[in-house]
Amino acid sequence: MSEEYSVEIVNPEKSFLSKDDVTEVVVPAFEGEIGILKDHISIISFLKPGIIKIYSKSGEDSFYVNDGIIEFKNNNLSILTSLILNLKDIEKEKISEIQKSAEEELNKSDINDQEKYLLDQKLEVLKSIN
Amino acid sequence: MASLDDLKKRISSVKSTQKITKAMKMVAAAKLRRAQESAEKGRPYSDKMNNIILNLSNGISDIENAPKLLSGTGENKVHLCIVMTSDRGLCGGFNTNIIKKAKQYFQKVLDEGKTLKIITVGTKGYDQLKRLYGDNIIERISFKESKNVNYFDADKVGKIVIEKFEKKEFDVCTIFYNQFKNVITQIPQEQQIIPLNTSEKHENSLEDNYEFEPEEDEILSNLLPKNISTQIFKAMLENSASEQGSRMSAMDNATRNAGEMVDKLTIEYNRSRQAAITKELIEIISGAESL
Repeated sequence: MSEEYSVEIVNPEKSFLSKDDVTEVVVPAFEGEIGILKDHISIISFLKPGIIKIYSKSGEDSFYVNDGIIEFKNNNLSILTSLILNLKDIEKEKISEIQKSAEEELNKSDINDQEKYLLDQKLEVLKSIN
Repeated sequence: MASLDDLKKRISSVKSTQKITKAMKMVAAAKLRRAQESAEKGRPYSDKMNNIILNLSNGISDIENAPKLLSGTGENKVHLCIVMTSDRGLCGGFNTNIIKKAKQYFQKVLDEGKTLKIITVGTKGYDQLKRLYGDNIIERISFKESKNVNYFDADKVGKIVIEKFEKKEFDVCTIFYNQFKNVITQIPQEQQIIPLNTSEKHENSLEDNYEFEPEEDEILSNLLPKNISTQIFKAMLENSASEQGSRMSAMDNATRNAGEMVDKLTIEYNRSRQAAITKELIEIISGAESL
């Protein structure tokens, strides 16, 4: 029996990526990383800033995401995200740009704990790839 | 009859107008293709988002405690209308159609004795509404600087709306935009985004139970604000495709009309030139005869 399922990543502008030979996807869910294999139970979850890893027959891909929602159902994984960047051809300036705006945001006084947590996360991830 | 010189000037001015409208038509056609493409590409996102939300809201058993964005404030007094128009003119009935639709709605709201608040997106809408509803306009937004429709602009509008909702400044929110059907037809739409209209619940039943992480209501309360932005973004994409389509057909008509006008003026010009020549000939002949 094949161990593959299909994944689709969409951002508001377009369908970013669509693959149907995926064996495992690791997503940075809100309460910790989730690895999804075939026949996982139907799940809806949130993403925090982090790295999505997609393992497929044709190789391994990594993407940086800002936020997002995932839905897994009937061996179809949909990932909705507002900002996604492929780590392979990412530009250093772009990362620094996001990093800078996150830092500015963090310095504002009127943010709540949750926002602060997310921004901290974001910076940590960005630093690790930069 | 106008003098030959005048006619000549008019012909050349109509011709240069025709050149402009022709160029605008070409530009609109090129932009239309791109706008249409991105409108089509944007659909999966909003459709998927909608699906997830419907799945989630179907799963919510306790309507009382559902997030306010979904169930509404329980009142129906203050209506917020977001009127989305273009920033540029010369696009036929595009803006007028949205405004017409919106005005009907405004009238209904005011007749029922409710409070009306308006946010205009795009400068043309503000120009057309400020005379009649100037006092109702609470915010005007324009994205003249952004070249393309992008999600971050939509997100800005979405955030404004949500901020106002949390401050309890309105109960019901409706957006007005033109849906792109094809180049000649754009349908003005009114769409209620707060509270979310879940009456169109889809049939594919929720047999499989979802696992949620974190809890359902937390997901929902995070997702709903995003959905607002997404819906606005969708409206913006549809709008920009409609705008270009409308402009294209308007400019096409204008080019054709200018062509007809040039033909007519040319005939008139030739006639009066011929008349002048005949007059001169008669004068010469009668002068010669009298000798």
